[in-house]
Amino acid sequence: MQNPVAAVPSETDTLSKSAAGRTLPLVQEQRNEPMPLDLDWVRAAAANTSAIERRAATLPGRRSVKKDHQAAWLLRAITLIDLTTLSGDDTEGRVKRLCAKALNPVRKDLLDALGMGPITTGAVCVYHDMVPTAVAAVAGRLPVAAVSTGFPAGLSPFHLRLAEIEESVKAGAKEIDIVISRRHVLTGNWQALYDEMLAFRATCGEAHVKAILATGELGALRNVVRASLVCMMAGADFIKTSTGKESVNATLPVSLVMIRAIRAYHEATGIRVGYKPAGGISRAKDALTYLAMMKDELGDRWLKPDLFRFGASSLLGDIERQLEHHVTGRYSASYRHGMA
Amino acid sequence: MNVPEIFETMEYGPAPESRAEALDWIAGHKGRFGHYIGGAWTKPGKAFETRNPATGEVLAKIAQGSGKDVDAAVAAARKAQKAWGQRPGHDRARVLYALARIVQKQSRLFAVLESLDNGKPIREARDIDIPLVARHFYYHAGMAQLQESELPHRAPLGVCGQIIPWNFPLLMLAWKIAPAIAMGNTVVLKPAEYTSLTALLFADICREAGVPPGVINIVTGDGATGAAIVEHPDIDKIAFTGSTEVGRRIREATAGIGKALTLELGGKSPYIVFDDADLDSAIEGLVDAIWFNQGQVCCAGSRLLVQEGIAETFYVRLRARMDKLRMGDPLDKCIDVGAVVDPVQLKTITDLVAGSGGEVYRAATDIPATGCYYPPTLITGLSPADRLMQEEIFGPVLVGTTFRTPAEAVALANNTRYGLAATLWTENVNLALDIAPKLAAGVVWVNATNLFDAAAGFGGVRESGFGREGGWEGLLAYTRPKGQSKALAKIAPYPAPEEADAPAMDRTAKLYIGGKQARPDGGYSDAVWSNSGKLLGHAARANRKDVRNAVEAARGAAAWSKTTAHLRAQIVYYLGENLSARTGEFADRLRDLTGATKAKAEAEVDAAVTRLFTWAAWADKHDSRAKPVPMRGVALAMNEPVGVIGAFAADEAPLLGLVSVVGPALAMGNRLVVVASEPYPLAATDFYQIAETSDVPPGVLNILTGPHAELAPQLAGHMDVDAVWSFSSSDLSGTIERESAGNLKRTWVNHGQDRDWTDAAAGEFLGAATEIKTVWVPYGE
Repeated sequence: MQNPVAAVPSETDTLSKSAAGRTLPLVQEQRNEPMPLDLDWVRAAAANTSAIERRAATLPGRRSVKKDHQAAWLLRAITLIDLTTLSGDDTEGRVKRLCAKALNPVRKDLLDALGMGPITTGAVCVYHDMVPTAVAAVAGRLPVAAVSTGFPAGLSPFHLRLAEIEESVKAGAKEIDIVISRRHVLTGNWQALYDEMLAFRATCGEAHVKAILATGELGALRNVVRASLVCMMAGADFIKTSTGKESVNATLPVSLVMIRAIRAYHEATGIRVGYKPAGGISRAKDALTYLAMMKDELGDRWLKPDLFRFGASSLLGDIERQLEHHVTGRYSASYRHGMA
Repeated sequence: MNVPEIFETMEYGPAPESRAEALDWIAGHKGRFGHYIGGAWTKPGKAFETRNPATGEVLAKIAQGSGKDVDAAVAAARKAQKAWGQRPGHDRARVLYALARIVQKQSRLFAVLESLDNGKPIREARDIDIPLVARHFYYHAGMAQLQESELPHRAPLGVCGQIIPWNFPLLMLAWKIAPAIAMGNTVVLKPAEYTSLTALLFADICREAGVPPGVINIVTGDGATGAAIVEHPDIDKIAFTGSTEVGRRIREATAGIGKALTLELGGKSPYIVFDDADLDSAIEGLVDAIWFNQGQVCCAGSRLLVQEGIAETFYVRLRARMDKLRMGDPLDKCIDVGAVVDPVQLKTITDLVAGSGGEVYRAATDIPATGCYYPPTLITGLSPADRLMQEEIFGPVLVGTTFRTPAEAVALANNTRYGLAATLWTENVNLALDIAPKLAAGVVWVNATNLFDAAAGFGGVRESGFGREGGWEGLLAYTRPKGQSKALAKIAPYPAPEEADAPAMDRTAKLYIGGKQARPDGGYSDAVWSNSGKLLGHAARANRKDVRNAVEAARGAAAWSKTTAHLRAQIVYYLGENLSARTGEFADRLRDLTGATKAKAEAEVDAAVTRLFTWAAWADKHDSRAKPVPMRGVALAMNEPVGVIGAFAADEAPLLGLVSVVGPALAMGNRLVVVASEPYPLAATDFYQIAETSDVPPGVLNILTGPHAELAPQLAGHMDVDAVWSFSSSDLSGTIERESAGNLKRTWVNHGQDRDWTDAAAGEFLGAATEIKTVWVPYGE
């Protein structure tokens, strides 16, 4: 397993080699360089809500992953988690604990029983002030993602939003989760959205940028697909559903719309953009559904951490319990697993 | 593969549903089944094997129903019917409710058994078939409950023979049995020979649901058993779902014997994608359209019509989606496409595709080494003239072509002998609501496909059959108007007298075709005499060419069907007004023709004027319904004209009988070719003068005169006529029903029974003069 998003880690390569017991060909994705805003494409994009909801509703029933396959898929899901803490009461101690869990997400006896070497989550995700602590704690073994640009509302002065990105990158964040200005979407000002995203992307430099659309505030799936396309045209490396702070966060219908936009973008440009659903995914079963959706709608290539992440905090706990159940045949309890 | 390997490959593994309980149930019957007759199992006699098409393994031995078995089942049904029909609706509602509940409680057993027997993916049986079965019994429990208050003028038909196909075995059973028994009928049902098992399990639960013995009888067997049901003299109604070929044979076999008939037959349903559609959703819709149930769906969206500008993009994405379909063990919960039902069906599909032109693309999906599997297939670049664009394949094969404009999409969509369902995708509500009514289909799905619900009528037009299943409209297929009729005696014209009393001035009655008075093609006329030997005039003797010309004129007057109800109302009122102005003249004519008293003749004219007003009133009041289907959306049951109707007017009421047919036909937007009363034709020929002065557009109303028996096969056999009615005193019913089999037009004939023409019978005529199209419009932004 390689991890090009973070553009670091020979460590991660080593890690996944040992985890898998064999090597994978290293795939280095071409980064999504901005393209000119194509308004014809944006405005022609359609998203039929009821049809999308029907597809989403049948997904969990269409795909079932059992026994060893389920365990393996859940382990994979762990490696895709951006283990996250984004609270006003975050402290250094709390963030260190989070990082420790991210580096050691599953009890060793369980991994041994499953024949797996050590794994980590995909990244940790924190506010800017916690970036140095996190960077130090993960010691280069994981990328640190920082939410930025006036997260979650994105309404602080524009120059300060850019400055915030600069600061986080300077502090060692390898991934920047920016929030877009929802008002540009709601008023159909695609040019403004494009310009904003372009500026964020440029400011991120080598750090990869995830564009948070805050889909729960965009009013319509049609807006979600159009905002997704505009952000990709402006160079987003990932598009991400939500901050986790909106009243509605990641849902299957929204995810379908966004990953179909990613698919269309790939068809048109050959570039693979990543996807991160965030907020509201807390059950192992949900994670399996998301993985199946990515596999069926986009393909296996999008089941790797450089192209897919879960923004989640409580998901890991449920997966750990399921893994223990798989190993022992008995249902588990949360206190049997180390907390973040 | 071990966990670390799967962690890398991220493949799907097997996710099998247990078959143990289903096999236990079969074993509980010792692997052999008799028929379920009169509430008990018969001894298994001569039997055939039923197999799992995914593996070829024998599941059980099924009894081959004989004529004697059918006799016994019909006798049991007959014996039970009277009491069942007379029980309060609430009693029947309790039984249907119990069936719904027990189906739910045994849902997994039903689903697994269905998948084993049919080869359909367990997901579909579990998530679609069985919930719809339960829904159908719930819905019709409600219909039984409401029957007395809401359908006080309808009575059960009696014993219904029901023959169902193998593609949705239990669901089709539910569609047939629920409305029938709700309305107080009893049934003899034959499941398809490939897929009898869930019907037999259903028989088991009938006992638990308190279904009285004889109300539901299940007789298994092949086509010969079905034929025995069709031909059985003591069955009042045949309901058939299956192929158009067999449906046609059933139509012929039941012609003229007074059995009610509904047919739900094949299709080649168009799936139209406009260039503003959500293409990804439209592609996902195709998965549900043609790769649902391996494409073995009568209403499958099997004919893809894509707007030219997006076609290539659409095909590329569609092929990519096809490659993601997983085909394999139907009992695997992670499978999209299962096995086709039988090696015979597999061969049919294989042969049809092998003979096709175009660009054939088969999904790059793994195909199991054994079992009846056919991969999802797309054939593009075909034209409407290609065989596969016209013939039903009944397999996972989609054929496609392109169109340029909405009008061309409609033309291509309707370029078929079938008319079951249609799908259209567009984000433009104007376009959607413009196109939906133009499609020749009983069901239209907008931005969705293969949606079903008990509240929404389902059924076709053209050679996809007639009758609706589901909703209030579905109950018409299992009830008849209350009341007794008497045999109708043949009325002969008054004979030529010894000494003719010739009129002072000869009057010429012609045929009325395309808004013009036309001489008969054959050049023959018949003198019409009064009772007292007065020569009243001559009536043209129409022949097959006059029928042809009249139908052509009616077909050409298509604008009438699209005009507003308000305009049609005005014209029908105007007919009434102009008739009223000539009351005296028409009354005199009636007295001369029929020998009626002055009072009686005037009463008939008055009744005719009233009748026209009644139908003018109805023109803009036969409201469509919006069905509360269980989704965010509406299912509109839209009343549409049938099209071109041919009718034989009543002989005994030469004016009232005529306008009783003209009124509803025109008011509902049909174009009519009506053959006047045979013995008393001149009231109708006078009436065309009324039509000429009432702004009836040319071709909307065409009036022929001549011998009914000679014209009946011509009109009933005409392929461009959509329905034929007969109220003639000649014995035409058998001829009309038999000849109608050609294009499976709807028929409404009197079977030699009279009708009280003083009663407008609005309900019956409204039903006959309209087709109900169900238009599903899911919505949400």
